Parts: sequence; structure tokens; C-alpha cells
Amino acid sequence: MRFSGFRVIKEALTGHKGWKPLWRNPEPQASYDIVIVGGGGHGLATAYYLAKTFGKARIAVLEKGWLGSGNIGRNTTIIRSNYMLPGNEPFYEFSMKLWENLEQEFNFNAMVSQRGILNLLHTDAQRDAFRRRGNAMLLAGADAELLDQAGVRAMYPWLNFDNARFPIKGGLLQRRAGTARHDGVAWGYARGADERGVDLIQNCEVTGFRIENGRVRGVETSRGYIAAGKVGVAVAGSSGRVMEKAGMRLPIESHVLQAFVSEGLKPTIPGVITFGAGHFYVSQSDKGGLVFGGDIDGYNSYAQRGNIPVIEDVAEGGMALMPMIGRARLLRVWGGIMDMSMDGSPFIDRTPVEGLYLNAGWCYGGFKATPASGYSFAHLIATDTPHDTARAYRLDRFRRGYAIDEKGMGAQPNLH
Amino acid sequence: MLIPHPLLGLRDAQEFTYLGDARLIDRPNGMAENAAEAFHDYVYLRDNPAGVHRELWFHEQGDRSWLIVTRDTTTHEILGAELARDVALTRRGALSEGGAQA
Amino acid sequence: MTQLSGGLIDRGRTIRFRFDGKDYQGHPGDTLASALLANGVTLMGRSFKYHRPRGVFSAGSEEPNALVELRTGARREPNTRATVVELFDGLEASSQNRWPSLKHDFMAVNDLFANFFAAGFYYKTFMWPRAFWEKIYEPAIRKAAGLGSLSFQADPDAYDKGFLHCDLLVIGGGAAGLAAALTAGRAGARVILADEDFRLGGRLLAETHLLDGAPATRWIDRVQAELDSLPNVRVMTRTTVWGAFDHGVYGAVERVSDHLPDPNGAVRQTLWRITAQRTVLAAGATERHIPFANNDRPGVMLAGAVRAYANRWAALPDGPVAIFTNNDDGHRTALDLAEKGVTIAGVVDARPDARSLGRYQLFAGGMVTDTKGRHGLTRIEVAQNGQTTWLDCGALGVSGGWNPNVHIASHHRGRPVWDDGLQAFVPGEGGPVGLSAAGAAAGQGATGAALASGAAVAQAALAAIGVDAALPDLPQAESEFTAPHPVWHVPGKGRAWVDFQNDVTVKDVKLAHQENLRPVEHLKRWTTLGMATDQGKTANVTALAVMAELTGQSIQNTGTTIFRPPYTPVSMSVLGGGDTGANFRPRRLTPTHKWAKAQGAVFIEVGQWMRAQYFPRPGETTWRQTVDREVLATRKGVGICDVTTLGKVDVQGADAAEFLDRIYANAMKSLKVGMVRYGLMLREDGHACDDGTCARLADDHYVVTTTTAQAGPVYRHMEYARQCLWPELDVQLISTTDAWAQIAIAGPNARKLLERVVDGVDLSNEAFPIMACASLTVCQGLRARLFRISFSGELAYELAVPARYGNALIQRLIEVGADLGAVPYGTEALGVMRIERAMPQATS
Repeated sequence: MRFSGFRVIKEALTGHKGWKPLWRNPEPQASYDIVIVGGGGHGLATAYYLAKTFGKARIAVLEKGWLGSGNIGRNTTIIRSNYMLPGNEPFYEFSMKLWENLEQEFNFNAMVSQRGILNLLHTDAQRDAFRRRGNAMLLAGADAELLDQAGVRAMYPWLNFDNARFPIKGGLLQRRAGTARHDGVAWGYARGADERGVDLIQNCEVTGFRIENGRVRGVETSRGYIAAGKVGVAVAGSSGRVMEKAGMRLPIESHVLQAFVSEGLKPTIPGVITFGAGHFYVSQSDKGGLVFGGDIDGYNSYAQRGNIPVIEDVAEGGMALMPMIGRARLLRVWGGIMDMSMDGSPFIDRTPVEGLYLNAGWCYGGFKATPASGYSFAHLIATDTPHDTARAYRLDRFRRGYAIDEKGMGAQPNLH
Repeated sequence: MLIPHPLLGLRDAQEFTYLGDARLIDRPNGMAENAAEAFHDYVYLRDNPAGVHRELWFHEQGDRSWLIVTRDTTTHEILGAELARDVALTRRGALSEGGAQA
Repeated sequence: MTQLSGGLIDRGRTIRFRFDGKDYQGHPGDTLASALLANGVTLMGRSFKYHRPRGVFSAGSEEPNALVELRTGARREPNTRATVVELFDGLEASSQNRWPSLKHDFMAVNDLFANFFAAGFYYKTFMWPRAFWEKIYEPAIRKAAGLGSLSFQADPDAYDKGFLHCDLLVIGGGAAGLAAALTAGRAGARVILADEDFRLGGRLLAETHLLDGAPATRWIDRVQAELDSLPNVRVMTRTTVWGAFDHGVYGAVERVSDHLPDPNGAVRQTLWRITAQRTVLAAGATERHIPFANNDRPGVMLAGAVRAYANRWAALPDGPVAIFTNNDDGHRTALDLAEKGVTIAGVVDARPDARSLGRYQLFAGGMVTDTKGRHGLTRIEVAQNGQTTWLDCGALGVSGGWNPNVHIASHHRGRPVWDDGLQAFVPGEGGPVGLSAAGAAAGQGATGAALASGAAVAQAALAAIGVDAALPDLPQAESEFTAPHPVWHVPGKGRAWVDFQNDVTVKDVKLAHQENLRPVEHLKRWTTLGMATDQGKTANVTALAVMAELTGQSIQNTGTTIFRPPYTPVSMSVLGGGDTGANFRPRRLTPTHKWAKAQGAVFIEVGQWMRAQYFPRPGETTWRQTVDREVLATRKGVGICDVTTLGKVDVQGADAAEFLDRIYANAMKSLKVGMVRYGLMLREDGHACDDGTCARLADDHYVVTTTTAQAGPVYRHMEYARQCLWPELDVQLISTTDAWAQIAIAGPNARKLLERVVDGVDLSNEAFPIMACASLTVCQGLRARLFRISFSGELAYELAVPARYGNALIQRLIEVGADLGAVPYGTEALGVMRIERAMPQATS
């Protein structure tokens, strides 16, 4: 069924009787050519591109809970390609280009909104670093503008310029960056994959891998054994837990990141603002809530909830940056599990087990990567060669000395 | 979170800085033959369990002792806390009795 | 308006207030909502999507409809629930999400096109042409969305944070909470009783039950007096416990002066972090409604709220009152109102076997199927035995049973469980450790049961921490409870609202089912159910039940939602706690800061430190001029710079040398006493993590310096190595960054200047060569350390004295060096000199 304004009008006039299920609820078959473990954003996107772009069939996505219940269901919706390192920037820019055509492609309004992201800077040294990063972005075909204080003031006159502990001296602006409706992205990919014959199987937890002679044969699930030619795992947050069942230790720790939304407000913040010095970033959803966040709590956790010091810290950062939000109220805070990798960068790679592929380690930046991650992972599974922009995301990069360390923090996941 | 400091009693976790898996105290011998491989695993790989996790916390805003805290990563329940130095010394003793460490 | 007798308001005093530009009067004890009702105002807001006219629906913090912008100017507070605003003199409030006025709202046109705005419609359109999204569609959607608006001015009020500790935290001061606090207070336990209302009593304040044959307020007052008299009990009204965190930590907000016209110098709100050994959740229950066609008109309210407004605030909308219920509780409203002389239009009871409990018309097995009244309810349609009749009424109280307030019990992701006997979700496993629910929050809603449960649960909680508590004598109270008859919505063609604020109707739930968005989380996200400012307190369970009906599954199997903190929305200001503006982060000042400031230095942030960047002199118009002068003066004469911010770690012990040999990439054991060596530290992954000098003052005593930025991490790492990696080494560490003021003296005249302050030490090149160091005294006896090290490529030294002498020392150096051309220089000149000598420049 094709969605359109015309269709919405027609259904409205005929009692909404014609709307079909967005996807089927198929029973799992005994075997598939390709099984994707994880029905979050990356898993659904992978299945979608496998079917659509790489012409694969007999694909299943196995989801422990409900579709989109991974971190795509609980993030702060930012899309951007403002990285510096050559291993990262082309990949995220590829993702940005996919975002730009996504909705028309999968015929679902995911509310991709290129409202711009502004990273604030406070010192001369930061300005140098941002100039360098902006140049790296331009070289990779992305857009970047360095704003001085007047430029920032023109965009956001109500920021705390005058009584600030960290005076705002300018910012790095990427106009093509912005936000997208996170659930819409999951649903758009799910619907697109289902239309192309992918079996999306919910409430189906993978409990083990069947591996024979170094080759994966299938997966044990809460709904029985499912044979598979190839298995791709995209379960960020739970990567360690799942890959342990395949006998692998990963360069990943699971940490909790809290995210926040305020009560609905009339238009307040047009774009995305990040305040690195105060560990705070914010945007406003179309519904009116201020969506914001800060640092991870900083300890290993699978509990999907955090603690009060970070809540206070994030609120302090917000109040320091824009004291005019003081009379707004926090409506909800929630926690997600992050795959914090050793250098802050992800993995899209083969594993030592033949036919078993891994997509993991997205730290708290996986949402913006969803299209490119799905595309690249599909590319890898379908062709057994990495996609050009994802070549650096190898599991053995530490052994080879090729860490992709944007922050320069080294192998300490809670600092990335 | 509150951490039961073995010397100071319950302290707010905000006073501490987190490092990670307590296996980091078992630093490989850099002179051994397989040192490169051992260091790769030591520096980069983690068990990352969903459940009981022994982990290092530094009482930075306190008495500056490193603790090994045993905590469940699914519930945040804390099952115990020891001075890391005591643990390390005990392990040293055990290892040197076994003659494993140069 | 219907003005009633009685109530807990002080008619002896009048409070003037203003709503939407019109002046009204109320009384102490009123909320904004009750005072508006008493003044005949029933239209209080507009809904989010369809801009439907709305009146107050509840009498508490669960309110979905009556949201206002409270106060004006920089104190404007959007989305404020009129039901929890204590009336104060001069209060001003405006309705929101309407234009140009509440009564005549242009956006109400949306309601005419509601059919086009069904659940999830926006995911299916607005895609073409692509560029229209940011330019046309989205701006229009954003403008229509949102609720209230911010003032765009900084919040002028003050906020505070505090920490409290107790044996037992009691959340909620109703029947169960008071009984729990009394039990624990008498046992001598440290108790905190927190309640969101401004008056203790909870639901008892809204009821006419007798306790020991007397009005409940008499017992409440007596208990409150006793609690107030106990030094181990802290009673906190106007305090909402909004979140449960690990290990017995709870977040609470006390609204210290929100009920006053002006905080008058006091803080507005305080954020408390309460650490409790045990907690009793006595947060009560929230009534649920039964969706039927056009059930959202002003005047349609929860039956318990109707009762609360009548009993506590003596106010009701005009006209007869009708009741629609599926349980006995609805009848209680009719009885209380009849007692006050209010005309009861009828009680519509969905139970076929319903019995009348008083003198009013009963429609047993009946349903309310429609309503009339554009800006306020005028009539309801009742269907009974295939017949329909219209009843005139100004208000309709709806009761679908009560949902225990399990929210805080599920903040640790423990799922509430369905209780078939109660027809409600109660707290399940996996709640916060140490928390147990009592009273209505545990499904024990009848007054007698709530009292007994509060005392018993507190007793058990205290027993677990070794405190023996006796059960107090509790007053006699009614204890009857009948579970509601499971009627979850009234079938029909019209729109029946489930979630009022977000305009989610039964049809939307059906559409989600039709489109296979059936898991609860899909239902919520597709329809926006429960995403409004009330977090679905009056909507979620009802929507679940409708979905269960559609899927043919039990409610338990359909699933449930997990509530997230905060219990009710919390202001950003109080979470930020007042550490804003220039106080957002600490500022560390160097020992010479006062002096540098007096010299007119311009400061720059280096991590937390403020360092002198350059020292402009009269006549210098650009920083460049100043820096050039400082560099040239240093190169020609002598420059003086505070370098205290570099980290310092004192290393002592028999194995100090061995320890440093392992810490640095280069050797330190071979360093001779009295000498300094540059050292490089590596991370475990082989990358350089810090560099600095290492001075050996004695065989067993070294001083390590670090970069400013890495002072903390390097010290942490060294302690880690000492305690965890090489515990067998005899070595001790202490950070002395703040203990020593360290001043760089650089330039060709550096030695001459130093000779004037150092006490009797030969500083000749032979006696004190490059990289030498010594402990000595300066200025006749002040202990000091001298290092001949240079970061600017000159003949240079660093002189350290105890931090408190730093300011005096720099003054002395400038004074005695005047003829040598001594000038202070800042970090900018330091940077220039380093670059000129091709020395590495520290990253920020």
C-alpha cells in the first residue's frame, strides 16, 4: 500500500477501513538464507537494504521484544555528519545523503528535518579544533560553517552570552544536520522490508548460535531453532551478551545513557545545539518537547535506567546555557544501554565464525548512522566485502594499531 | 548509587571515578613471549557481563583509595567492596607461591 | 456556579486573582481550579491536537485538561495544572494553546478535519515535494503543536539543593501514609513524610467518611500535631517525591514559595536527595474514566473529583450532576452531593445488577452514549435496555474504578502486575529495593484497609532494619470495597476520548490495532497515548484494556507500560539547582590571582583554572602589542609567570625510583639527586598521555609535574599503578598541585634576580647547572624549591613556595627586579616563546 496525502484523504472519507497492517506477523520458518538478529533501527535497515538494494530473499529479522525496541526507540533523534577522522567522516556523510532521500525512498514520513546542528565553542583552542574539523568535513563532501559570536547570537539570541562560566565565542554549524522522528525511521524500514518479503519476527529471542566446523548454521531462539546461511547480529547495547553465546569477547562495555524530554512547548529552539563544555545538547521535537541529554552515567550497566547525579548535571548544563528554559519542566527521563567501544567508533565486520557478521559498538551515536549502517552491513553480508565508507570499522583494528579515536581518550569506553 | 567503602562506610558514588572491569589489575607481563597478544586482550577486550561484575572505582573526592566493587549490572545491587590494594597483594601472594609471575 | 456549604476553605479571607484577564475571588485553601469552578468558570483549556474546549477533569496532579500559563513576565510557567496551584493573592493565569481566545480558538477548525488527523496520519503524507518539509509542513506543524510558551527570559528565582537521610521515607500523607508515619515515628525511627499537597490527609480531605465517628480532619490534625512534636519525624508538605534511584536514593522537590505571590528572597523550590533505608509508597490511587462519545466536554469529570470539589472546596459546575459508573464508588459521589442539596440528574451504572444506595434515579445496566454542550456540558444521552433518554446536567462524574499509583514502584523497571480481583495493576516484582506499597497504592483503597495497611507495612519495613514498632490504635473506618465491573469503554460511532490531552480516542486505538501496532509500546508511539504532560495517568490502563479487548487477550498478556521518572513534571530550574551562570562550574584561582588582577591582567580559562593571559599596560591597544612587549622583555631582561596550575605529585618511599621507572617511558632510577629530567608517560595502548618534569630531591623523594589538564588523571593513574598494579612497592603519593605556588623566572637576568631572593645558595652555572634542583629557603627563611628548567628556551628557573606565599613572592620578585627589567608575562607570551623555540604546545 502506497502512502500519500491523497490516500490519507480518501481513507478519512471512507472511515479508515482501507488501512492495512504496516507489517505482517509471520511465524518463523525452519530456515532462511539470512537471519538478522535484532529488530532495532540497524537490523531493520540491514534487512531492508538486503532485500531492496542487494536483491536478497529469504530473510528474517528476529527481535526479542517489539520492532524498534532497541536504542532507536529511545534516543535524542539527532542526525549529523560532523566528524573529523577519515575512518568516520565519509561514512557519516554517506549516512546523511541516505537520510536526505530516505522518506521518498521508503514511502514513510520519518520527519527528517535538516534544521542544523551548532556545536558551541568557548576558547581559542576549541576554535582551532573546530576549524580543523570543519575543514575535514568539507573535504569529505559535507557542509560546515564556522560562526563567530555574532553569528551564534543571530541564531540564538537567548543563549547565555553575558553571565556565563564558559563564554560563547562561536560555533561550528552544519546546516544539513538535524533530527528525525526515531520511531518513524524504524517503522519505515520495517514496513519497507516487510513489503519486500522479509519476515519480521517479534518476541523471538536468540538464545544461542549453532556453529559447526567454524561456520554458523543457525540460531537457537525462544521460538525454536532457525537454520540460516548467514547470520548478522545488530543488537547494540546487548552485543556483549549476544556474542558471548558465539564464544566472542568484544572490545565493548555496556553503559547507560539517560535522555530527557520536557513538557510540550510552543516553538522555542529551531535547531540542535550542543554545549560540550557543559555536557548538554538539546533540540525540540515537532510535538513541542525539548529533547536533551548529556553524558553517560559512567559505569557498566544493563539496567536501562540511570541515577540522579547525571540528571542534575544535565539540567545544570541546560540552565547554564539557556537560563530561559528554567520554567519549563522535565516530563520524562529514560535510560538506554550503549555499546561503548574502546575507541568510540563502531564495528561492521566479519567475525572469526564463518557466516557470522557483527554490527556493534555505536556508543551513543548509533541513530544518525542507521541508514549507512544498514546499507554497509547489508553490503558486507551480501557481497562479503566491506562497503567503501565502512572499511575502517574492523574488529581487529586495535591489534593492527588503527584505532579510530575521535576524542583521543584511548581505550577507556566511559570517556568516549 | 551508594558504595560501601570498606573504611569509610556508605559513600555517594558521585565521590568516585569509575575505571571498569577489575581484571585490569591482572596486568600481563610485558616481557613475556606472548606479550603483544596478551596486552591486546588486556587493554581492549572485556567480559562485559550482564550480572555480577567486579569493577574498579577510585575514591577521588575522598580518601583516594581504589576499590574493587562487586555489583550486578542488571540491578545495580552492590554485593561488596574491597580495597583494591588488598586484593592485589593477595593475588600477588597467591601467584608468587605458584611461581607464575616473574 | 453552584456554591456549597462546608469545605476546607477559609471564607473569612478573600484572595483576588485573574484568569485570562478577568478578575475573580477565591479563598485560602482553594486551588486555581476550585476557585475557577466556584466562580462559574468551567472552560479552562484546549486540547493538543483538535483544540477541543476542555474543563477541569480531576482534582489532583493527574490533570490532563486544565493547563494554564501561570504568572507573567520572566516568571511565566507554561503547562501548569490548575488543580495543583494554590491560590495566592494577585495570581495571574492565562489559558494556552488557543488563538485569539479560549472561547474562540481558530485552531478549533482542526476538530472539523479530525477524520484526516487520525493516529499516525503524519507518517503517511507531507513527503512531497521533499523541500516542503522544512519550509512549509514542519513549521506549520510546530506552530500548531506544543502547549504553553516560555517567556524567553531567564528565570529570576533562586533554587537550592539539599540532602536528607532517614530510616523510613513515607511517600504520601493520606490515610496509609499517616498511619505509616505514626507507626514509625512512635518507634523512634527517623521518618520523613512527604506529600505533594499543601495539606496532609490525601483522599480523606475529599471524603465525608467518619473516623471514629468524627470528621476525618480531626484525626488528621491530631496525627499531624503528634508528628510535628516528634523530633525524629520531618513532615514535608508541598513536596513531591518524583523519582526512585539506586540504593534507597529518592529525588524530591519541595515547593518552598510557589504558593506565595513572590518568594521574597527565599528560594522558590528545593531539590532534595533523600536517602532512605526503607520506603513506604502510600501514593494513593488515580481514578480512571470510561470513554464514551464526546466524553471530553467541560463538566465531564472523574466522579471522585466531583466529590472532592464538592466536599473539600465546596464548588461545582452549575446545574444537576449525573454519574456514570461501573462500581460503588460512583454512587458515593451521588450520595455526598445529594447530602449537600445538589440535584442528582441520575446515576448511570453499567452493572446490570446495580442497586441504588440513595434517593436518586438509577439507570442499572445503563451507559452514557453521548453528550451536548459546546463550551460546557448541558445534556447527556443515556442508553438503557435499548432505550435512550437525554438528561439535563451541568456536570457528569465518571468512575471506572481506581488505578493504584504504582509509578514510583516501577521506576526501576519492575512491571506492575494485573490483579483480577481488584481489576487493577498493582506494584510487581523488581521494584526499588526497600520500597513497599501500602494503602490505595497497593490496592487497599478503602479507608479502614488503607489505615491498617499503612501501619502494617511500616512495621514490617522497620522490622527489616531492626526497629521494633508497635501498631498504633487506628480509628474505626469503613472498609468495604467492591471491584469495578469490567466495562472499559462504551461502544459507539462517535469519538470517545481515552487520552484527553493528546486527543487519543478509542478509534485511534482501533486503528493502531488494524495497522498491527499492537504491542503496548507501538500503541503508545503510534497514537501518542500517554505522551502528554500527565504521562497517561488517566489514560494508559484504559487504552490497554481496549487493546486487550480488540486482540482478545487478557490485560496482563497485553502488557503494561513502565512509568519513568519524574512522577510529575519537575522544573528545569530546580534540577539545575541554582548552579548557573558564572557559578555553573567551580573556578580555580592561582596563588597570584589577586596580584595579577590588580595589575589589570586579562584571564583565560585553562580547564577549571583562570590563568593570566597577558598583562596590558596603559597605552597598549591590542593584545598583540602587550604580548610582543612581554616576550621581548623576557628575552632581554627577565619575565615572571605563574605556572602553579601544572600538576605536582610528591613521590616518596624506598621504592620511589623503581615506581617512577615503571610509570614513565624513560628511566628515572638513574636520575641523580638534585637533578631534574623530562619524562614521558604512556597509556596502556602505547599513546603518550602526559609529559612533564621529574625532580629528585632525595634518594627516596621525587616531585613529578604534569600538564595542567592532566593533573587529575595522571595522579589517579599513579595511584592506580601503586595500589592495583604494584602494591608490593614501598611508595607513597600525594598531589601537591594546590600546596605549592610555582613561579617561572625566565630571561637573561633570571639568575641575577633569583640571587636577590634566594638565601645563600650558589646559583652559578657550575654549582646549579641546567636541570638542577634543590630544596632551599628564600626571603630569609621561607622554605622553597628551585628547579632550573625552561619552557621558553631562556635561562630559566621555576621557584616554588608554599601556596599562601605565592602572591607575596611574585610582588617581591617584581619589586626587587625592577632594575633588571622584571615584568610579568601571561600564557599567551609563554605560547609565543615556546613556538619560537619549536617546543611542543600543549593541547587544551
